[in-house]
Amino acid sequence: MLDITISRGTTVALSKAEFDLLLADLRENGYQTVGPRVQDESIVYADIQTLADLPRGVQTEQEAGHFRLMRGASNNYFDFIPAADSWKKFLFPPRVDLLTVRKGKGWEYVETETATPRYALVGVRGCELAAIEIQDKIFIRPDFYDPTYRLRREGLFIIAVNCLHPAGTCFCTSMGTGPKVQGSYDLCLTELDDVFLVEIGSELGRSLLSKRKYDLPSAFVQNIANQRLARAVQEMGRSLDTRDLPGLLTEPENLEAARWDEVAKRCLSCGNCTQVCPTCFCWDATDSVNLSATQASRTRVWDSCFNPAYSYVFGGNTRPTIRARYRQWLTHKFGAWKEQFGTLGCTGCGRCITWCPAKIDHVAEIAALREEVNS
Amino acid sequence: MTSLLPQSAPPTAGHPGKLIQPDWAEIVRITPETEGISTFWLRFIDPQVRERYHFQPGQFNMLYLPGYGESAISMSSDPEDEERLVAHTIRFVGTVTKNIGRLKVGDVIGVRGPFGTSWPMKQIEGRDLVLACGGIGLPPLRPAIYHIIRNREKYGKVTLLYGARTPKDLMYPDEHEEWQRHDIHMEISVDRGDENWDGRVGVVPMWFYNFRIDPRNTAVLTCGPEIMIRFVIYEGLARRIPAERIFVSLERNMKCGQGSCGHCQIGPYFICKDGPVFPFSVLQRYVNVEEY
Ligand SMILES: Cc1cc2nc3c(=O)[nH]c(=O)nc-3n(C[C@H](O)[C@H](O)[C@H](O)COP(=O)(O)OP(=O)(O)OC[C@H]3O[C@@H](n4cnc5c(N)ncnc54)[C@H](O)[C@@H]3O)c2cc1C
Ligand code: SF4
Ligand code: SF4
Ligand code: FES
Repeated sequence: MLDITISRGTTVALSKAEFDLLLADLRENGYQTVGPRVQDESIVYADIQTLADLPRGVQTEQEAGHFRLMRGASNNYFDFIPAADSWKKFLFPPRVDLLTVRKGKGWEYVETETATPRYALVGVRGCELAAIEIQDKIFIRPDFYDPTYRLRREGLFIIAVNCLHPAGTCFCTSMGTGPKVQGSYDLCLTELDDVFLVEIGSELGRSLLSKRKYDLPSAFVQNIANQRLARAVQEMGRSLDTRDLPGLLTEPENLEAARWDEVAKRCLSCGNCTQVCPTCFCWDATDSVNLSATQASRTRVWDSCFNPAYSYVFGGNTRPTIRARYRQWLTHKFGAWKEQFGTLGCTGCGRCITWCPAKIDHVAEIAALREEVNS
Repeated sequence: MTSLLPQSAPPTAGHPGKLIQPDWAEIVRITPETEGISTFWLRFIDPQVRERYHFQPGQFNMLYLPGYGESAISMSSDPEDEERLVAHTIRFVGTVTKNIGRLKVGDVIGVRGPFGTSWPMKQIEGRDLVLACGGIGLPPLRPAIYHIIRNREKYGKVTLLYGARTPKDLMYPDEHEEWQRHDIHMEISVDRGDENWDGRVGVVPMWFYNFRIDPRNTAVLTCGPEIMIRFVIYEGLARRIPAERIFVSLERNMKCGQGSCGHCQIGPYFICKDGPVFPFSVLQRYVNVEEY
């Protein structure tokens, strides 16, 4: 080991073999290491043991309603851009048991022991880290917190990674979240052909790294990394003008624009966009009983503002049309969210565009709305 | 979002360390009101909860019936009830409420709350009040009526405009006399009369024409079907009552009561915590947006 003091903010060069040892060290310390894996011609976040589990040499081609894995030019591990799956499922799981009660004299709670998993997330992109920080504002507030989210969040170890090959649907530059990671992480990687440049973001990150063999990166290597990052900004697939947000999407007259009718003809109200979005937080509680009706449970599940039951009230639905639902979604993300949580609800990850079966491009929708109301 | 009206935060029934875990309450009395509507009087089983639980007029609880789910229901009893009972007047419309309708005295249900903003009883002291409600809109106003009666000298002229579908649908008829005795002027109307009905026939907002309003000193509290609320607002504004002094209680699908599940949103507001009671001034910009 070199005799250099490392601290928060230091960047070191770490070989890929040493990185695997770092992952092993995390596991020995009780972390479940999760990261990207190729599955069903897509990429999911799941348990990983070593870098060998990652999608090596894979890039992704993404457009509205289109996703494809391709062979990349290099043999690197993080050349792809994430697919539909997001880290959201680890902190805000799609299904959580809320409570179980047993019928006695009245009702009593059946205590269930649930151990909180401790996750080390491997390969969190700038937009994805921004999404976690947005959800923090929703689930951990002074007046309320979600215990599942909070416990998992507090135990999280984050290995972020700077994006070098943005996809066609990415627009993080517009949202100020990437391609260089902006949020707070434990370690942040920039991947070069034979090493990772690792920036230290926390004391925990430092202490893990201090057990590894690392080097200080040469100016030459640093330079290559910087050039690749600069190129990534240039290669950003889309851009969104945010100067008139959130106003464009909150002004009442704009809520009656003809564009909403137009997009409503194409939208299927399938809710894919909300399911893949790393910031969407709506949920529903469902009820079940055992056969003898002596025990009942409640489960929290992800919900979507595109679901008709979401806005049902006795005698009607407050958003009975696809027009109203699509408008709710878009105006919440890029409008009302700001007043609610102090930030827009979008990080520019592009998932909602890639995974829309109707190829609706929300960036283009905002531009079209702008054009209509300003003309 | 900071809350717009007084809110008695945080809720005192329900376990803060759990997402939605209610406290248990026993049904001690059931009062049938009208066809398909009854009032359930609840007593918290845990004496500590009974002691610390307080609500303000206009707030609501989430009632939990195991196996069926939760429903947002306003309190309809006197917040200062001596026996510490909490009443809910419930219309049986669907999964949860119809099955609550099958419960008997002695049965137990779950309660979380209280949630949301309340009628601004303090802020409107010294004012003439118009309470305008239709159908199931009266129960959420009843705690305000009790409060007014208890503090009658603090309020000016009080008028209750109350509409129901038929004479049989009028709620709390035994109490009307008592309310009037405390100088609450009542204008009751039904959509359809019957052979014994000699009162008014028509819709609530019409009866604004029947009495004089001093717009400089009047506050309106309204709750009921959204269409009725709209007309009440319209009539109030037409009489130059400022939008800041017209208070409306809104209903939206609700799952959590604490600004987390997303269901109850309208624009930037979560009805469950920024409402359900709003001064109309903050809703004004959205009122004409269709299906918002
Ligand atoms: C703040 C507030 C106060 C309320 N106060 C009262 C009251 O004092 N008395 C009373 O009888 N009712 C009240 N309601 C309405 C009551 O919540 C619904 O009638 C009830 O939730 C219907 O549930 P259900 O399972 O029986 O019906 P279902 O039709 O089976 O319900 C299906 C779903 O829609 C939701 N839902 C249906 N109608 C409504 C509605 N009107 N408002 C909100 N969610 C709805 C339910 O929560 C459920 O998730 C209030 C609603 C709100 C939001
Ligand atoms: S709205 Fe779309 S682009 Fe923005 S964070 Fe959600 S999925 Fe990503
Ligand atoms: S915008 Fe696309 S993904 Fe979203 S609900 Fe409509 S069709 Fe589905
Ligand atoms: S009821 Fe869940 S956010 Fe309001």
